[in-house]
Amino acid sequence: MTLLMIIRVAFRALVRNKMRAALTMLGIIIGVSAVIAMVSIGQGASASVQAQIESIGTNLLFVSAGAQNVGGVRSGTGDTGTNTLTVEDLDAIKREVPSVSMVTPNVNARSQLVAGNMNWNTSVTGVSEQYPEIRKWPVATGSFFTDAEVRTAARVIVIGQTLADNLYPGTDPIGQDIRVANLPFRVVGVMARKGQDPQGRDQDDVAFAPYTTVQKKVLGRDRIQIAFVSAISQDATYTAQSQITDLLRQRHKLTANEPNDFTVRNMTDVAEAANETSKTMTILLACIAGVSLLVGGIGIMNIMLVSVTERTREIGIRMAIGARSSAVRTQFLIESIVLSVTGGMIGIILGVVLSLAIPAFLGWPTLVSMMAIVGSVLFSAAVGIFFGYYPARKAAALDPIDALRYE
Amino acid sequence: MSTTFAVEPQELQPGVALAMPVPEAQPVIQLDHIHKIYTMGDVEVHALRGVSLTIRPGEFVAIMGASGSGKSTTMNILGCLDRPTRGTYILDGEDVSQMSKDERADIRCQKIGFVFQGFNLLSRTSALENVELPMLYLGVDSAQRHARAMEALAAVGLAGREQNHPNQLSGGQQQRVAVARSLVNHPALILADEPTGNLDSRTSVEVMEIFQRLNRERGITLVLVTHEHDIAEYADRIIVFKDGKIKSDHAVENPRNAAEELKNLPVISDDDDDEE
Repeated sequence: MTLLMIIRVAFRALVRNKMRAALTMLGIIIGVSAVIAMVSIGQGASASVQAQIESIGTNLLFVSAGAQNVGGVRSGTGDTGTNTLTVEDLDAIKREVPSVSMVTPNVNARSQLVAGNMNWNTSVTGVSEQYPEIRKWPVATGSFFTDAEVRTAARVIVIGQTLADNLYPGTDPIGQDIRVANLPFRVVGVMARKGQDPQGRDQDDVAFAPYTTVQKKVLGRDRIQIAFVSAISQDATYTAQSQITDLLRQRHKLTANEPNDFTVRNMTDVAEAANETSKTMTILLACIAGVSLLVGGIGIMNIMLVSVTERTREIGIRMAIGARSSAVRTQFLIESIVLSVTGGMIGIILGVVLSLAIPAFLGWPTLVSMMAIVGSVLFSAAVGIFFGYYPARKAAALDPIDALRYE
Repeated sequence: MSTTFAVEPQELQPGVALAMPVPEAQPVIQLDHIHKIYTMGDVEVHALRGVSLTIRPGEFVAIMGASGSGKSTTMNILGCLDRPTRGTYILDGEDVSQMSKDERADIRCQKIGFVFQGFNLLSRTSALENVELPMLYLGVDSAQRHARAMEALAAVGLAGREQNHPNQLSGGQQQRVAVARSLVNHPALILADEPTGNLDSRTSVEVMEIFQRLNRERGITLVLVTHEHDIAEYADRIIVFKDGKIKSDHAVENPRNAAEELKNLPVISDDDDDEE
């Protein structure tokens, strides 16, 4: 008896009990579609984080005041006496580090913005004129402020799209007056729309002013928490990181055994960390979905065991009229493989449909992964073989005389 | 008993192999001092105590005996479902007494057709597919399977009922499907285990008529196990078992003629046992 015929026999046996076959497959269908959907969500999140980071620029470095980690205790970069980063430090970095092309401080001041009878609370960020270039974030209308305006601490401001929409609905904000902390500013530009970041925060809810202006007129302090530094290329980021570290240690007069009182991080590390996080999340989601696939497999084994008992007489008949034990074993094994692989196929379709529907309904980005599809097909076939083997062996071990007498 | 099978060659259906009843042909069944001992826990049950038996091609033999006489054990050994503990069994020229499980499965497939008391058809499966089943295990290609199954069903008077499932057939019809199934691989031997046990008297005669016809027209060797005397009398030879041994083995002087009896039997209209 050829394998093809055994496969046909197995198919016929399954067709004879359609309802049961469908219910048995359901476990695998749910399992496979869950794995595919979960991995798609994970991969989608990972891809969007990756895209985000690439849009920021992989040659970007952060310099922040205060050490991130002192003797195992994280001090963070809060307001607790971290006066270590100055404008002079940044000027020195720009001047003396050859691998650095651009520098901008980043000073934040939360304040109420008033335009006419509208007002809006947002964070006004003080930066240098190089900010759009460093962050790869262009201005949509108007222009960014100039080097001269930074030096003179001019009261000019560039707003994000959310502000433009809320403070100047239906009118052009360029050239309009706006009050920041009760000081009149002039709107010179509107940033391009950026949308939400992966955490769902609105990135267009911002305003930019010269850092000098923010320091002197809004905050009244000349401290710098964070600065963005652009290296000349992505390859130069590690060189830049160590050169900045050396320079700042020298400027801060730190001796060899004193820890850094600042932190320099580069975007590549951040990207890797983010990647690691989303990879962990993907694996976690896949594992949870994998459990349901396993449960589906146990469902197959359960049904196949019941089926062997229920069909004892059938097995006896088949053996009496000349089926070898191996033919009976193969038949039952193939039945369970057919169940699991058919379930797997339906699961793939359902999983892909789900993955494509999730962005529309939940707004999460997804990315259908070929690996997840191939993996779940192989896994469901393995489930069929693994969980089908025991019942099949049980069927093949039956004695035809006893099996025929079975009621 | 070599005279009983010296029948005139009849007109034969094409494509059906025939065991030609030649007087000096080798026996289909040759049992030589068969013993069967079952071990149940500490107890040894001596089911067969030296059974020797020869059945020649074209014979129609009935095996009788009370329960516990050893007739079922003999049946299992004859059907290669079980192996004798001692002794040799030569089936159609081949010693099958010490064959492995798989070898016996192949022998059953090629040389033996079974008809059981409980019909033992696959449920939710058409009559045609049930009849095709033994050929599936023999590896017959699908076109030939179909043709041979159709022919076998026609031979038992079930033409037109090929697509019916067992639950759409009466007991007599189901048993005829089982007979058709036992025929399709052209076995050397058909074993019928209480084939009329679940049937009423008229249907029993109908099934016996098919057996007699197959035996007389096609020369098929038939071994019938029954405990009913009147059923055994359709056979040409009756072997009676008692306590694991053959008690008697004699030819039937005037076997009953099922075809003749059917003509005189009134058609009972309680069931649709007869095909239209």
